[in-house]
Amino acid sequence: MTVQHKPFAITLDVGSSHLNKTGSWRSMRPVYVDRLPPCNKACPSGENIQGWLSLAEEKDYQGAWRLLTRDNPFPAVMGRVCYHPCENTCNRGQLDVPVGINSVERFIGEQGLTHNWQFHAGEDTGKKVMVIGAGPAGLAAAYHLRRLGHQVTIFDAAEKPGGMMRYGIPKYRLPREKLNAEIYRIEQMGVTLVLNHAIDNIERSQQEGNFDAVVVAIGAQKSTHIDFSGQSSIPILDALSVLRAIEMEKRNPLIGRVVVYGGGNSAMDVARTAIRMGAQDVTVISRQEEAHMSAHPFEIKEALEEGAQLLCLRAITEINGQVITLERLKTSEEHHSGHSHGVATGELETISADVVVLAIGQVLNDDCLSATPKIVVKNHTIEVNNMMQTGQDGIFAIGDAVPSQRSVTTALGHGKKVARAIHAWLNGKTYQPAPQNEVVTLDKMEPWYYSDAPRTVQPHLESMRRKNGFAEVLGDLDQDHATYEARRCMSCGNCFECDNCYGICPDNAITKLGSGKGFEFKYDYCKGCGMCEAECPCGAIAMVTEDI
Amino acid sequence: MTQKNTAEQTVKFYQTGTFTVGNRLLDEEFRTVQATEERSNSIDSGHRACQGCGQALGARYALDTAMRVTNNKIIAANATGCLEVFTTPYPETAWSIPWVHSLFGNVASVASGIAATLKAKGDSETRVIAQGGDGGTTDIGFACLSGLFDRNDDVLYICYDNGGYMNTGVQRSSATPGGARTATTMPVGEHPGSSFNTGKFLPAIAMAHEIPYVATASVHDLHDLERKVEKAMSFRGARYIQINVPCPLGWGSLPAHTIKLARMGVESGLVPLFEAEYGELTQSTKIRYQIPVEDYLKAQRRFAHVLKPANVAQLETIRALAEKNIKRYALL
Repeated sequence: MTVQHKPFAITLDVGSSHLNKTGSWRSMRPVYVDRLPPCNKACPSGENIQGWLSLAEEKDYQGAWRLLTRDNPFPAVMGRVCYHPCENTCNRGQLDVPVGINSVERFIGEQGLTHNWQFHAGEDTGKKVMVIGAGPAGLAAAYHLRRLGHQVTIFDAAEKPGGMMRYGIPKYRLPREKLNAEIYRIEQMGVTLVLNHAIDNIERSQQEGNFDAVVVAIGAQKSTHIDFSGQSSIPILDALSVLRAIEMEKRNPLIGRVVVYGGGNSAMDVARTAIRMGAQDVTVISRQEEAHMSAHPFEIKEALEEGAQLLCLRAITEINGQVITLERLKTSEEHHSGHSHGVATGELETISADVVVLAIGQVLNDDCLSATPKIVVKNHTIEVNNMMQTGQDGIFAIGDAVPSQRSVTTALGHGKKVARAIHAWLNGKTYQPAPQNEVVTLDKMEPWYYSDAPRTVQPHLESMRRKNGFAEVLGDLDQDHATYEARRCMSCGNCFECDNCYGICPDNAITKLGSGKGFEFKYDYCKGCGMCEAECPCGAIAMVTEDI
Repeated sequence: MTQKNTAEQTVKFYQTGTFTVGNRLLDEEFRTVQATEERSNSIDSGHRACQGCGQALGARYALDTAMRVTNNKIIAANATGCLEVFTTPYPETAWSIPWVHSLFGNVASVASGIAATLKAKGDSETRVIAQGGDGGTTDIGFACLSGLFDRNDDVLYICYDNGGYMNTGVQRSSATPGGARTATTMPVGEHPGSSFNTGKFLPAIAMAHEIPYVATASVHDLHDLERKVEKAMSFRGARYIQINVPCPLGWGSLPAHTIKLARMGVESGLVPLFEAEYGELTQSTKIRYQIPVEDYLKAQRRFAHVLKPANVAQLETIRALAEKNIKRYALL
């Protein structure tokens, strides 16, 4: 190539602009990132919700089920009973209505049951772990430990497994065939269940069974009781034993005029169960005003629809014969630990009842712990470190027995965490949770690109039909609606291959790698204008400063 | 590239609707041209447009669509202006299509000549596109353009409207919006910025020529833009598309905000998107989420003075213009 053929003052050959590497103009460079969607962050079980919704959008239900059950072995159960904190934080809620994550989870769970998808145990490690309690925490711990290849035996004092999922959550919210099927699937992995077997000395049982580690997942089984003044002639029961009796089809204690004392979800469970068992009338008495009751608003709403009466800001002061004396309370401005406490007014009123059920909380029954002094019980819960280990080396505790939020979802999350902690401990290591990505908020996204799509309403049984049986209140989504609902997900923080960056780059400086492979920046040409970051609908691009 | 709506495809739109460039849930045939790996990249990497150039984007959008529709048989003539300057500094070219540079003012005539030649050669497949900025279109090339419309020559004229002579240092054109600061309409004196009630709205002038097809488009709504180019290519005769292309340099905006500004212009009502056939308005693109004009003005330094309390009358005039557009073109 000789210079003399070029026109005056021209040193370059005629050619494509590709020779001009405009990337040298750049002071900021775009990079693809995975940010943490708020739903994933909020999930007490640590589900990758955005991930499995994405697979559900593509109608890859088995893929979605496999991804979901990496964290939670109970999709059909949790799709019914989870109070879905994920939906409360869903970014879509700021645009229209949160994605119905729970209803899609249920659909995925149902797919798993219909197609009989199974879990697989990990490669055998030769280690043995004993789990005490076959509730959600214990079952989840067993599942995750089994996945990691450990031998697991669960002991439970009850005649059937499931813990509070069976003896606390009524059938109209959780049909038992779903629960049984999902527990059976865990047994199928090779988890041994020993029922009707209470443990009274943990260390002795551990030694007898040659277990390398122990998970204490005994829940909070002791009901809080109040002794009222007066000469009561009616039975004063507690929520847990009432629900257990109904579950075990023993004599129905909910007859006549039923008064339930408490403002939480257990109170609603008892009230709604009493209605279904044919109680003459059902009254819930709550010390809080309705807005501050700890029961979920939908539980209160459904209980009222079914005919329960609600008397708020009242306390039972005495019970004489069948007459209950209530004192009216007024709302106090002071808030203590998130609850507003009523202040006595001195105004009294009376109602009559045939049975009173206390639903004012449950605490740890620590009978089985007394033989193991190194396990410290404080404030009615077992003290554990951040790896869920008690004061006794190799004995871990999880679920309602330790300080926690006390939900099934939290219990499942504990099960996963303790399995990882034990796995590390058995290998002489300390479990290090993976660092979390930055949470993606709506201001990092460009919601203009998402079209309006109203939330799908799950079929809901009429209140008249609910009262005389334990038929499930909420229905399933069909496939079309589940797909629609999954596709309402905005995929916050994670690329969903919308091609926006590829399409809007004025410098054609992005390579599309093909379906499922994402994109790549051509830094030779990227001028760093930042348009791809600004127009990424889901916030999966970040601009970082160049080292110059 | 027709937008079909089978039941199956309708379901698949929910996550992002049709507003993103592509969507992995859509069949390839339903995605935009820009979403495909096979797009022509009529203007390729290495061009010297500023960071975040709206015109580079608008031109690639329009020409890639025309290439797809015509099976890659287009010839483009290009008026002098930013687009010509930043794509073809000798000896490089960013064009991957047959492309010819005209004078500043005669691109319509050059395109007419190419169309006449093709006709004489009996080539009815190859189509001609003329393109220029708003200066080369509304001011300098206006006579030639009007002549093209008058003769109804088979040319699609695309005007990339960024509201001024940006490449020569941001001077006012007859498409500069009222109130905007340019090098020749500084925000000083009694009437700061570009004057109101002057200038030309060329889509309306094109409609007055009763040519087969006139449309306005914006770089923020690719589906709408591609559909309009495709529609324009389905007509024979003179057609005119004006694409709103924000200019970070001339507008005093962030390069990253180019598409956002295009979107805000449309959603405030200041940039009406519509189509007309043979002089009659046929369709307008509705505003999805209406925004106050202030939000649009605030993001641009050229309107900074308009938002000062002393110039509230200017703001009112701009607001009234948005309202007039919304009413005239039924944008809501």
